[in-house]
Amino acid sequence: MGVARYIRNEKDAIKEVLYQSGIRVKTAYGPKDLEAVGFDYEKDLGDPGEYPFTRSLHPGGYRTRAWTTRQYTGFGTPQETNRRFKWMISHGQTGLNVAFDLPTQMGLDSDDPRARGEIGRVGMAVDSLRDFEIAFQDIPFDRIGSGLTINANASVMLAMYQAVAEKFGYAKEVISATPQNDILKEMIGRGAWIFPVEPAVRLVGDCIEYAVKVLPRCNPVSVCGYHIRESGATPAQEIACALEIARAYIDNVAARGLSPESFVGRFSFNLNVYGNLWEQVAKFRAARKLWATLLKEEYGVKNKKALFLRGLFGGGGSGLTKEQPENNIIRGAYYALAAALGGAQTTALCSFDEAYTIPTPRAALLSLRTLEILMEEVGLRDTVDPLAGSYFIETLTKEMEEKILEEVAWIRKMGGMIQAVATGAIQRAVTQQAYAFEKGLQNKEIIKVGVNKYTEGDPPEVELHEYDEKWAEKQIQSLKALRRQRDNREVMRTLKALESSTRAGKNVMPDLVACCKAYATVGEMTGVFREVFGEWEEPSIF
Amino acid sequence: MSAMETKKKIRVLIAKPDLDGHDRGAKIVALALRDAGMEVAYTGLHQSIEQIVSTAVQESVDIIGLSIMTGAHLSISQRLIGQLKEAKMDHVKVVVGGVIPKKDIKALKEIGVHAVFPGGTPFSEITDTIQALVNGG
Repeated sequence: MGVARYIRNEKDAIKEVLYQSGIRVKTAYGPKDLEAVGFDYEKDLGDPGEYPFTRSLHPGGYRTRAWTTRQYTGFGTPQETNRRFKWMISHGQTGLNVAFDLPTQMGLDSDDPRARGEIGRVGMAVDSLRDFEIAFQDIPFDRIGSGLTINANASVMLAMYQAVAEKFGYAKEVISATPQNDILKEMIGRGAWIFPVEPAVRLVGDCIEYAVKVLPRCNPVSVCGYHIRESGATPAQEIACALEIARAYIDNVAARGLSPESFVGRFSFNLNVYGNLWEQVAKFRAARKLWATLLKEEYGVKNKKALFLRGLFGGGGSGLTKEQPENNIIRGAYYALAAALGGAQTTALCSFDEAYTIPTPRAALLSLRTLEILMEEVGLRDTVDPLAGSYFIETLTKEMEEKILEEVAWIRKMGGMIQAVATGAIQRAVTQQAYAFEKGLQNKEIIKVGVNKYTEGDPPEVELHEYDEKWAEKQIQSLKALRRQRDNREVMRTLKALESSTRAGKNVMPDLVACCKAYATVGEMTGVFREVFGEWEEPSIF
Repeated sequence: MSAMETKKKIRVLIAKPDLDGHDRGAKIVALALRDAGMEVAYTGLHQSIEQIVSTAVQESVDIIGLSIMTGAHLSISQRLIGQLKEAKMDHVKVVVGGVIPKKDIKALKEIGVHAVFPGGTPFSEITDTIQALVNGG
């Protein structure tokens, strides 16, 4: 998968292999290598379903339960998103993964001047509960879970999800939502942040605390190494960041008097599959072990299920190329293989045409079929953790563990994740890796098929999603109508209550649910937070 | 022109306009330009055109590099060039990088963009072009 460095001799034989995380790979491995890294079956692996879960969370692995698939869906108006949701469900998708447009992610209403040109562009536009009522019409909330790709104002969208489910007659106890809700990674990699670090982390904590107390089937945070890797981090940095981000959220919620035992089981992880196959498999195995170890050793968590690193391992978009786009179908299949060999609970693949256009339904379906072929035809459900015991894989897993712990130690030395993000230390380290990688591509030390080797002709023209002003206008008109039709006194009352709880440092979720039910807009609710918290100023990293 | 002046470092502002948060490209280009001996400032994310112009004034830059991945490159470039004129800063040259379809390059040049660097453009091409634009143009 082309991101290792290969040093060759004049006959094109490979002399040296160096993985991104800084591990040198030998020509052959044997029992002595396991001895050298101090490999111990019980301590390092355990049986499948046993601590530290390196092999698998469940004794039966994929035999008992195949992994679920989630494609990222949602664009344009809520009506269109609803059609796409139903189409995906009718074609076998078991969970939704909802994309929001940038104004929604940034807490701006569609009629805000800053939203101009972005309404419905990269996801669904949501201004109020009315949009959720349309988008989730006829979706069985008790059977289909939804990942909500929203971070800075995840609290608002989680509240809205509860409000819409209740409106459709589902009890809040049966709904299953996974808001991404990982603001620290936005500050490192994806850029959809609003508030300064401390209050932003508090809002993450509010979602977690509320879900633990009120929404028994919701997973209130999905810790994302994924986007940090997309921003250039090495696989070892990716996992180290994810673990230390999770630690920051645990500490925030634990400081409210909840025992980690009672909530860490609700964390899930979103990790990236892009990269060298073996390095990814070792990364996922090491990550499961390190997470379980961290929780058990440092937070005294005892309940076995609470120690699980439950993961969405997704095929990284940055691995795809707009050159020879059909190659991305093949890449996607190998990413899916890596995710399965690494023990993913859920996978999602970028569609092969995603490097140059918004995915077509056909391409999204192909991603789904790729995963189904692995399960039904190739044999990935045959036996648990099929690579276990390989001299190479077990040595590499131990070495990955060491590299990840080195990165963790560095973050701790920087003062922990919150401090490292506030000062820009992490952003600087990740950017340096991205720069080194790009230089490697340009001088062909790193090979990308179709890009800097085996090239042919010009790549197809990038097709940007044509921006439809009519959609935007329709969304704005519907918002204006809402502002006239709703009970504006009730909106004011609920927003006032939200402001009080925000200032008082109380959990904002109950008031947000009330605001949503009164049809307060996303911009109005986020506006309360903007007023109280202010906005983040990025530290300079140059 | 004295020797001191000819050796003056080129000052570049890398800017991320509007809401898009994908800044990997902007940041690595900033590092590449710095390694090529230029003075580089980076605006950070979520910048309005007004903010970009005001930073350009403060940093007295020779050139602004816009990084745009959303497809809104034509309208953003047009607004920036218009506001630079209003601020009597039209000696500042504008280049654009990011996800830019080939068919739009001509239109960008027509509205006054000096150079366009679609994703994957080699660093050497970017630095050479900027040096030629500032020193040679």
